[in-house]
Amino acid sequence: MNDPARPTGASAVTAIPLARLIEAFHRLPGIGPKSAQRLAYHVLRAPQSEAQELADALLDVKQRIRLCGLCQNLTETDPCGVCLDPARDPSIVCVVEEPLDVLAVERAAAFRGRYHVLHGHLSPMDGIGPEQIKVQELLARLGAPSPSDTAAASALIEEVILATNPNLEGEATAAYLARLLVPLGVRVSRIAHGLPIGSDVEYADERTLHQAMEHRVPLGDADGNRISVSAPPAAAAEESDRSAQPTP
Amino acid sequence: MPQPHVYRTEAIVLRQRPLVHADKVCVLFTPLHGRIEAVAKGVRRTRSHLAGHVEPLTRSRFLLAKARSLDIITQAETIDAFPALHDDLDRLSRGLYAAELVDRFTDSAADGTRLYQHLLDTLHRVETADSPDLPLRWFEMRLLDDQGYRPQLQQCVRCESPLRPDGNAFSVPAGGVACPECRTGLIGRPLSGRAFKLLRFLQTAPYEQSAQVRIDAGLGRELEGHLRGAVELALDQEVRAARFVEVVRSTSADVHNGKRAAAPFVERRAQGED
Repeated sequence: MNDPARPTGASAVTAIPLARLIEAFHRLPGIGPKSAQRLAYHVLRAPQSEAQELADALLDVKQRIRLCGLCQNLTETDPCGVCLDPARDPSIVCVVEEPLDVLAVERAAAFRGRYHVLHGHLSPMDGIGPEQIKVQELLARLGAPSPSDTAAASALIEEVILATNPNLEGEATAAYLARLLVPLGVRVSRIAHGLPIGSDVEYADERTLHQAMEHRVPLGDADGNRISVSAPPAAAAEESDRSAQPTP
Repeated sequence: MPQPHVYRTEAIVLRQRPLVHADKVCVLFTPLHGRIEAVAKGVRRTRSHLAGHVEPLTRSRFLLAKARSLDIITQAETIDAFPALHDDLDRLSRGLYAAELVDRFTDSAADGTRLYQHLLDTLHRVETADSPDLPLRWFEMRLLDDQGYRPQLQQCVRCESPLRPDGNAFSVPAGGVACPECRTGLIGRPLSGRAFKLLRFLQTAPYEQSAQVRIDAGLGRELEGHLRGAVELALDQEVRAARFVEVVRSTSADVHNGKRAAAPFVERRAQGED
């Protein structure tokens, strides 16, 4: 007769520390039971120093990483490097959903302002409202600096760019934030929508095409003047006005 | 006869949740198969061909492949993207509320033809109606009917005598309206004569007639309270999107009144109350 307290099957032949490690890896997102086993056996076969390095890195990240008091991004120092960087424009704040979105925008090297990380988006059907994301912190940056704000942070913010994801929740979050921010007297803009580079018009959905048409960029005006594609619409309009002037 | 590996269906996407990598699970509401959960692969990538067609509150034609656990969306084409719904936060919040009701009330393999049509009509009405709340009240009434929770509005739920317009109470646990004599001791809320008449009207009249009725804010809130109570009792849980409707409504009122919507948050923050 089987003893119910005694492990059976695979767990019976796996040592308890190893089973614990497999179980720990299995809890990570995207890691199935087989991958968890492979990772655990890799750690087991690796030199002691490599395992120690992994363990130290895990503990280090938990102990030393916190949220920046201003932008709410993950940081080791508070305020973070971006918020303290004098080369960055403090008058423009780009609002993103997750810390990984900051990395994506930084990779594009198209923005030199500061950030605000919401750590999520509104998700009405999951019960995630404004209180569950960093909305109050954003409002505090714009309206009433809290005692923890530094002089660098309280500099006047002139524009907020809403760079939440272009899906239903991201759009709802952006629309909600716009309602709160516009009355504060700050310019609020939304990142452009349209077709991604390298895609096919044939496969685009109606809403994307609709947005792409609505936010189209002029290439030339009615007087036969070319407009630079890379210039933003406002700059392009100015360029068009300038080129329409007779040369002295 | 062997079951086909792929099948076509039209559906309204009720919601999504992330799966692994760039995949998402989409909850689809179909006329013939009821509620289906299916995997949309790679839709978080910017170059996904599927992403725009599987957004929540979109009506699309789908080709699905049967799989061991969740079916897989292989093709999708938008029929109706409800642009006016997505572009207006007030209307969007109501659309999400309707979608959550269907998501919570329905299950798989159930014939949902009638409810599908009601949801589709409701989303169109929320898109275009002057007040996006009335289509929801009409939809709640149909949903309660459809699911077997039709409130009793003709006779007293206790003594079964015909109801007069005034002095009644709406008792959600008792399943309808209690007359002035029987309301004592019942869990319920006072029901105004106007709300009583309107509830009766909503229960029997087609939407086109209901839409002609002018409802002021107070009456609208009273109706909402009674019907939401009935819906939540039937579900035995809170409708989460209702909270979002409240949040959006409060910002909307602030915008229309010209108030600084953010002021309460900022003041709380400044006083260190959070």
